Amino acid sequence: MRRLAVRPAPKRLIPMLVILVAVVAAFAAAPRVYSNQLLLFNTIVYLVLAQGLNIIYGFTGYLPFGYVGFFGAGAYGFSLAVLHWHTPPLAALALGTLVAIILALILTPLLRLSGAYFAVANLAASEAVLQIVSNPNLTDFTKGPYGISLEKIYNPTLSYGAAVVTLAFTLAIVVYLKSSRFGLALQAIREDPISAGMAGVNVVRGRVLAWLMSALVAGLIGGIFAWYVSVFYPETVFDLSVSIFAIVFALFGGTATLVGPILGVLILYGIYNVIGISTPAYFQLIYGLLIVLLILFLPNGIVSLIDRGTRRVP
Amino acid sequence: MLEYSLLAGILFGLYFGLVALGLNLIFGVMKIVNLAHGDFLMLGGYGAYIVFTDFHVNPLITLLVEIVIFVLIGFPLYYLLVPRLQASRDPEMLSLILFFGLSQVIEALATLRFGSSERSIPGTVLGDGPISLFQQTFPVAWVVSGAISLLAVGAIYIYLYRTRIGQLTRAVMAQREEALSTGIDVQRISAIAFGIGIAGAAVAGVLSPFMMGSITPSMGVGITITSFAVIVIGSLGNPLGTVAGGIIYGVALMFMQTYFSSWANLLPYLLLIAILLVKPTGLFGRRMRNA
Repeated sequence: MRRLAVRPAPKRLIPMLVILVAVVAAFAAAPRVYSNQLLLFNTIVYLVLAQGLNIIYGFTGYLPFGYVGFFGAGAYGFSLAVLHWHTPPLAALALGTLVAIILALILTPLLRLSGAYFAVANLAASEAVLQIVSNPNLTDFTKGPYGISLEKIYNPTLSYGAAVVTLAFTLAIVVYLKSSRFGLALQAIREDPISAGMAGVNVVRGRVLAWLMSALVAGLIGGIFAWYVSVFYPETVFDLSVSIFAIVFALFGGTATLVGPILGVLILYGIYNVIGISTPAYFQLIYGLLIVLLILFLPNGIVSLIDRGTRRVP
Repeated sequence: MLEYSLLAGILFGLYFGLVALGLNLIFGVMKIVNLAHGDFLMLGGYGAYIVFTDFHVNPLITLLVEIVIFVLIGFPLYYLLVPRLQASRDPEMLSLILFFGLSQVIEALATLRFGSSERSIPGTVLGDGPISLFQQTFPVAWVVSGAISLLAVGAIYIYLYRTRIGQLTRAVMAQREEALSTGIDVQRISAIAFGIGIAGAAVAGVLSPFMMGSITPSMGVGITITSFAVIVIGSLGNPLGTVAGGIIYGVALMFMQTYFSSWANLLPYLLLIAILLVKPTGLFGRRMRNA
């Protein structure tokens, strides 16, 4: 049995805020000293997705294999608003996020399923959305399989800034969950929903809120991704491996912590960029082995090396 | 047109039942999701392809050899991965990720060894000319594959319901803890089920060049999802349920391809979600899957 964190104490808040400010400041300043802005941007995208996944999996135990569906919904909501109604980018971001939240609301009944059923049903949902969006019959509206092109609003500086703000926002949500009664209630639901319910925790409300929060950040960063890259295909933003990357990054570092997913993204996405692009098959091999070894020998992530079961890692 | 779709759907349905059967057996016995299921199927397909192109051996002979090989691969793989996984805090969830990792390893090795282009075996290898069934003509490979699927499912049915080990396997499926406390060697029973599960995938794999047109190293994930849909339509731990699930899926797929071809790809996903939400126990099951 896992031990639950004791009462969230205010003194644990300060190290987390320091980490939040340090990470956000580092990514805000990095483009001035490092020229590969695309790599920095993609790292932010994965940081947000890994933390968004942490919100739902780390704190409630639901593993959404189709998490990328919200990312894609945000990207398409943003793009279609820009293409069809010439919405200014920031307003289109709000619309894209709204589309992701609506998708999450439609999928809320999936939360009734447990374990692998939830994971696979969610995966099927994300694939279903991809099939609808990329269907040639809807080419007039979604551009079907031919993809989206938004070069008129292309603005790497502004969209990079929006990504940094989203990163700060997402990390702030995790800090809030780590230091609030609500976050503690979610972890109680994860451990034992019946006992948590008897102790006065509103189980359904807690799960749905966590679900919507994780969809919100994924939809937001999805819209920003569309804005930043400005040309993409449906398969790009509904790619199953985006979900898997986010899951593995979060697990590798350690879920239900603030630093775990950050470490996971920096280490694994770093490795990916060193070997993954030049020799994809070898990367896939190493990556697969790494996942197998991780689950067999370090199922609580690398923070468990520091943590030793105390659950005090920020 | 209607009769053709229906009959083709049944042939494909029998095949899809076989595709999903191994996944169902492993999930039923061990409560873990073998996300590498489709990749074992892919390996079975490449085995048949290589032996056929290099040595001109009929895939039906390869099929028998592969059953033995995959059962033998299954045992060590089981003991290497599963007991450790089951000792962890959340075996069901972590199994998804662990076996996804395994699926990546298999896919990468297959890509490095076989290349990423599509491969196929001519359907005439299984017999000449089209076959007539109820005034409808079908490629002989479809009929042979459907028949072999039926045989394989029958064999697993006999194993589960007519042998001693099969009875013990069903005991583990029904109540793992109680099976353990009555002295059943749960690890051994599970290892056998694991071996049979991936051997079933390999058999379906040998037939896959005929039923799916061609094989590629990356075909695994899609097949695993389809298999999951078939299992969910049928029900857990019930081989006949899986076959019924396969036939419902196959017939629905053929009707979609005939009448709404551009939306046919959507079918497995929608069917999966709809059944999970409306009748989470599957059409032939009693177990609960709710949180």
